[in-house]
Amino acid sequence: MNFKAMTAVAAALIATAPALMAGGPDDDTMVINGEIEMTTKTEAPAHMEGTGIDTIISGWHFREDETQSQQLDDFENQGMIFVDNARDAWDTVEGEAGESCASCHGTPEDMAGVKPVYPKYVDSAGEVRTLQMQMNACRTERMQAEAWGYDAQPAIEMEALMSSVSRGMPVDVAIDGPAAEAWEMGKEIYYTRYGQLELACASCHEENYGNYIRADHLSQGQVNGFPTYRLKNAKLNGVHSRFRGCVRDTRAETFSTGSPEFVALELYVASRGNGLSVEGPSVRN
Amino acid sequence: MRLTAITMAASLVAGAALADAVAPGDVTYTEYGEIETSLSGAPGDAEAGAKVMTTRGLGNCVACHKVDALDAAFQGEVGPPLNGVGGYRSEAELRGIVANAKMTFEGTVMPAFYKTSGFIRPGDGYTGKGAAEEDLEPLLTAQQIEDVVAYLMTLKD
Ligand code: HEC
Ligand code: HEC
Repeated sequence: MNFKAMTAVAAALIATAPALMAGGPDDDTMVINGEIEMTTKTEAPAHMEGTGIDTIISGWHFREDETQSQQLDDFENQGMIFVDNARDAWDTVEGEAGESCASCHGTPEDMAGVKPVYPKYVDSAGEVRTLQMQMNACRTERMQAEAWGYDAQPAIEMEALMSSVSRGMPVDVAIDGPAAEAWEMGKEIYYTRYGQLELACASCHEENYGNYIRADHLSQGQVNGFPTYRLKNAKLNGVHSRFRGCVRDTRAETFSTGSPEFVALELYVASRGNGLSVEGPSVRN
Repeated sequence: MRLTAITMAASLVAGAALADAVAPGDVTYTEYGEIETSLSGAPGDAEAGAKVMTTRGLGNCVACHKVDALDAAFQGEVGPPLNGVGGYRSEAELRGIVANAKMTFEGTVMPAFYKTSGFIRPGDGYTGKGAAEEDLEPLLTAQQIEDVVAYLMTLKD
């Protein structure tokens, strides 16, 4: 049942206090292709104690039924067209070294389990890397090919392929040890009220998820569904591009895609989804 | 009066008002966050205020507040509904809340509509590019605040 129907029913049931029921996620369940059972609501990770959120919820629950249903079947999920492009790229030799992704990693399915743990601290590099940064390291160092632009088409398509083979696995990013510093930085950014509207991520996605802000139904701003295929622009959208849009909407100067700030923020936001299934490429409006 | 005459008269008023307007940095709030006197030095126009409240590039108050009397699709639920607010709040309170709601409600998510300093990474409108603090305009002009307050005062049950 979609949100509107739910509110209508709720309002009818408790006509005296409809305001208490403002918004909220729906109760649908997500099964992809009739076989992959997805966790779209679960207990919040321990580090979220004190945030007022005890259940973490996929952005899918805040979308209309028609949008939701497109994600349930790969033939209807338009994001999967781009995943097919990436399958071709996976096998394509590029760069001076004469290698393809397949030369080192086998099939894309062999990469199941990689996406859920990114961003992560990469020992050999001595830094926290997003999946796109790690893919670029493979390209420049091992393949001697050119790096992809951040959130550029080939990068986002490959990220969608890596995500699709991990669908149903729980997000599980590490926040301690050498990742702790970036995680703390990300947390600070999450709670900073930027721009002339003085709004933080938390203002919308922690304090107000479930509420409508004009026509937009606010979710928890989870990243487990990325890359997302958005009906609005009919393409795959990356996490950092989404962050940019949200920061821009506070009338602030944004950070750049791939910047240390957004890498840290991605780690922090991903950690708020620890336990939700990897969903990318998801469908959103 | 013909339309041109009206606009001319209006712009004369606006011009006069501008001269007397209190700059965002010079506004005096009471300890409860109220502003006692008109920011523009002129009275507000409720009809113009209604327009400010529903226009996306201006107040867009309905993004967060529901006002049954306003004709605007998709009214939000981030803030409380404002029906009847003119019945239980004074003009000075409303002026303070619209100009800088944080003086009344500590830590509120409601943006300050008459403030131009103290921001973190302020942008040049909605471009995502940075802006120097001295170049910032308040989200609403002194007269637009007065217009909005005049409209809110009409909201009595
Ligand atoms: C002024 C309100 C506002 C602020 C502030 C804001 N967002 Fe959003 N955000 C939205 C809206 C509206 C959407 C689209 C509906 C939804 O999914 O919540 C959205 C969507 C998202 C999504 C996509 C979720 C999905 O399931 O596809 C992510 C991720 C996100 N925001 C993260 C952030 C982060 C991180 C910040 C801070 C840097 C932030 N947002 C600040 C309003 C905001
Ligand atoms: C981003 C959200 C947001 C926007 C935009 C916004 N408000 Fe608010 N407003 C709030 C919240 C939240 C509160 C409740 C105060 C609190 O935080 O406790 C509030 C409170 C108020 C109150 C006090 C209501 C009462 O019952 O006492 C008034 C009046 C008000 N707003 C008017 C406006 C006007 C007029 C505009 C536009 C010019 C506006 N608001 C824009 C979020 C918003």
